Amino acid sequence: MSGATRSARDPRALLPELAVAIGLLLLPFILPHLGGTIDLAQRILDWGLFGLGFDILFGFTGLLAFGQAAFFGAGGFVAAYLLTAPYTDNALLALVAGTVVAAALGTVIGLLSLRRAGIYFAMLTLAFGEMGYFLDISPLAAWTGGENGIAGVPTPRLALGPWALDLATPMATYWLLAVLFFLGFWLAHRIIGSPFGLVLRAIRDNEARASAVGHDVQKYKLAAFVIAAAYAGLAGGLLGLLQGYMPPDAFYLDTSGQLVVQTVIGGAGTLIGPLVGATVWLYLYTVLQTVVNLGSLGKLLLGLIFVVLVTVLRGGICGGVVLLWHRLRRAPAPVEPPIAAPAAAPAGPADAMPVRQRAACDGPIVLRAEGLTKRYSGLVAVDGVAFELAEGEIRAVIGPNGAGKSTFFNMLASVIPASTGEVHFRGERITGLDVARVCQRGLAKSFQINQLFTTLTVRDNVLIAALARYGGRFTPAMLRDVHGIAALAALTDETLAAVQLADRAGTKVAALAYGEKRRLEIGIALATRPSVLLLDEPMAGMSPIERADTVRLLKRIAQGISIVIVEHDMDVIFELADRITVLYNGRKIAEGTPEAIQADPQVRAAYLGSPVDHELA
Amino acid sequence: MLVAMGLTIIFGALGVVNFAHGSFYALGAYAGVVAYERTGSFVAAMAAGALSLLLVGILVERVLIRLYYNRPKEDQILVTFGAAIVLVETLRALFGGLAQRLPVPSWGEGAVNLGATFYPTYRVQVLGIVACALVILYLVLYRTRLGLIVRAGIEDQLMVNILGINVTRTFLTVFGLGAMSAGFAGVINGPIVTVTPDMGADVLVQSFVVIVIGGVGSFWGALVGGLIAGEILSLTAMIAPAYSQVMLFAAMALVLILRPQGLFGVQGRQ
Repeated sequence: MSGATRSARDPRALLPELAVAIGLLLLPFILPHLGGTIDLAQRILDWGLFGLGFDILFGFTGLLAFGQAAFFGAGGFVAAYLLTAPYTDNALLALVAGTVVAAALGTVIGLLSLRRAGIYFAMLTLAFGEMGYFLDISPLAAWTGGENGIAGVPTPRLALGPWALDLATPMATYWLLAVLFFLGFWLAHRIIGSPFGLVLRAIRDNEARASAVGHDVQKYKLAAFVIAAAYAGLAGGLLGLLQGYMPPDAFYLDTSGQLVVQTVIGGAGTLIGPLVGATVWLYLYTVLQTVVNLGSLGKLLLGLIFVVLVTVLRGGICGGVVLLWHRLRRAPAPVEPPIAAPAAAPAGPADAMPVRQRAACDGPIVLRAEGLTKRYSGLVAVDGVAFELAEGEIRAVIGPNGAGKSTFFNMLASVIPASTGEVHFRGERITGLDVARVCQRGLAKSFQINQLFTTLTVRDNVLIAALARYGGRFTPAMLRDVHGIAALAALTDETLAAVQLADRAGTKVAALAYGEKRRLEIGIALATRPSVLLLDEPMAGMSPIERADTVRLLKRIAQGISIVIVEHDMDVIFELADRITVLYNGRKIAEGTPEAIQADPQVRAAYLGSPVDHELA
Repeated sequence: MLVAMGLTIIFGALGVVNFAHGSFYALGAYAGVVAYERTGSFVAAMAAGALSLLLVGILVERVLIRLYYNRPKEDQILVTFGAAIVLVETLRALFGGLAQRLPVPSWGEGAVNLGATFYPTYRVQVLGIVACALVILYLVLYRTRLGLIVRAGIEDQLMVNILGINVTRTFLTVFGLGAMSAGFAGVINGPIVTVTPDMGADVLVQSFVVIVIGGVGSFWGALVGGLIAGEILSLTAMIAPAYSQVMLFAAMALVLILRPQGLFGVQGRQ
């Protein structure tokens, strides 16, 4: 297992941490020569820390939140209040309290906001952010000082057991921030490299499929939201400490907006991007204001940079650097795939296929549907279909276009809910369960239209699916390096070999040829280790050679699992299927062996149109 | 409410959440100030506010928004947010950050006796002007060919495309029209509020509340949403003034959680 032990002990895995550490060490010595101050360096780090959490939420999970100020402010005011009341003189304790409160708030707001997606999610977070601001300045003014904020936050004094440390100088405060940022970065990097982080990226790329392979997407999104809130709370607390004053600005909508802009300018999905963005933003802002006295032009310039970056370079500054790096290092990142080479490699003449004996279909029933019906207002797409699948069987579902095959299929796998009727899987009623739960029980589905995680590599795509089976829920293993788990790597390698994509493992999905994407689509479903596999037109759009290849692949897969397949290619169907179910106008009109179906007059009528039907109509 | 109306037709027909809408409002107010200083006529100021924003809207759509119709909603939010920064900061660079004054027009001076209290005449007139503008907008949306296409676009954008209607030009018109109502609102509100580059921010956020409560993309929704938002503000101001703004956003969040299409919204738009 070469893949299993990779990177776990690879010193290069710590390269980003090393780079960040060097940057942090150098920053306070470089900045003064560029017109900045140590105070500027402090604020850059604080915003960078704030952004680390936001990047996990926005850059890696794809959730654009416009209310991060609520957590920044909450953490800040809790810490400042504790230190000025004073309930404690231990800055560390106050920071932890602020972080915990922010995370708790994040849990509540996250639970509510994540019920919606896209722009509605953004607007919900915006509403909660504004609520935080108005709560702060008016009803809570007795504690927060209202529009005056909390002044006189004492200089940080750290106490850890018997040691106490006063950080009176700005430089000392900077080192505190630097250490915290480094720890924050290390943790965030760890999170992103873990199975948990991989699932977050999967959600960003294709939420529906992440759920379909068995991940409880809502829980992951909430976790990301809470992590972002905690980082925001810590950064907010530090803001009060380093300024000696906690301003109500922390709650402004502008604060949330500035965070978004900084993250995008620096590069979302890079962790270090927000820090870079904060550097650009704060540097331009302060330096133009104090040195050249062109304060307002600074923000105008930033706005222009932002618009241009969003339009042409969505990866931000860091994304641009990476792109340039790839270009300079000869390899133009995505290479055109060799057309038919990988598919043709083990191909032989069609008659050399492994002969699979037709299954007897007398095993125990694994999947059973009763009276399955789907109504769309007036239209009945599927009408009371009964269906039984035996262990080890390959069953084809055929029917003319619009017969209700895909709808029927989606109901079997709980992708869409049935109007009436029930589905039982291995004796358990699965009707009404969500698709993730169904998949965890061992019923997986591949899709008619590719549903892949497009920005990730082939290997990661399969790994995401394998993860769901390996530990679909949270376990402590979720914070280990995702590439270091041997059992997972073994399952992934095995699946990649099965769909003949082992040599393309490191390739980004976007660079795959169409046929390869189709095989990966099957591979993702396969990697969830299903006992029943539903394949929705797996050969749609394939060339004849690729079809022959895929038939061979399916025969190999079928050793040990049951398959239901929807397909238009009749040659494929008669080659593969043990039994065939025919749907027509939402009803089941025939079921039986391929020979029986071929001879069935009703089936012929459905496909070719029967003159008798027309006369009756 | 006029601002919210512009926002809602842009979102409804184009599917773009326009974060730059508040800056259109501010831009309109400044155009009004400039025109008023040149001509001394408030009517000219109103015309300038409306027409210049029609042009700005068209320009922004042409240069920027057009590139974004096929990109994720998140990107659209980002780019309009960025455009807002650019527009507001341009205003600041040109006019400075200090408040400008747009005086109450001569025909709006004085106060009217409303029985119990005196109320500035101009505020009463603003009510009338807004009502007229809304009626005009209503007539355009419900009684013209353009309005029909826009409303069809709100229902089903793809279908309008398929019917062979020049959607690009319609989008341009809609965006211009939306910007125009924001600009016009900026001028007529100018004498009531102070004219600063940042004046649009609050209005934008309030418009979000209004259209979310009423239902994004719905004319009547924006109208009713505006009334409800006003009610929430004045009712809680009587009972618990400290919480009036909080309640407003709580109402917005509640609607989004329970009924994201709003009270009057079109279902099934994402």
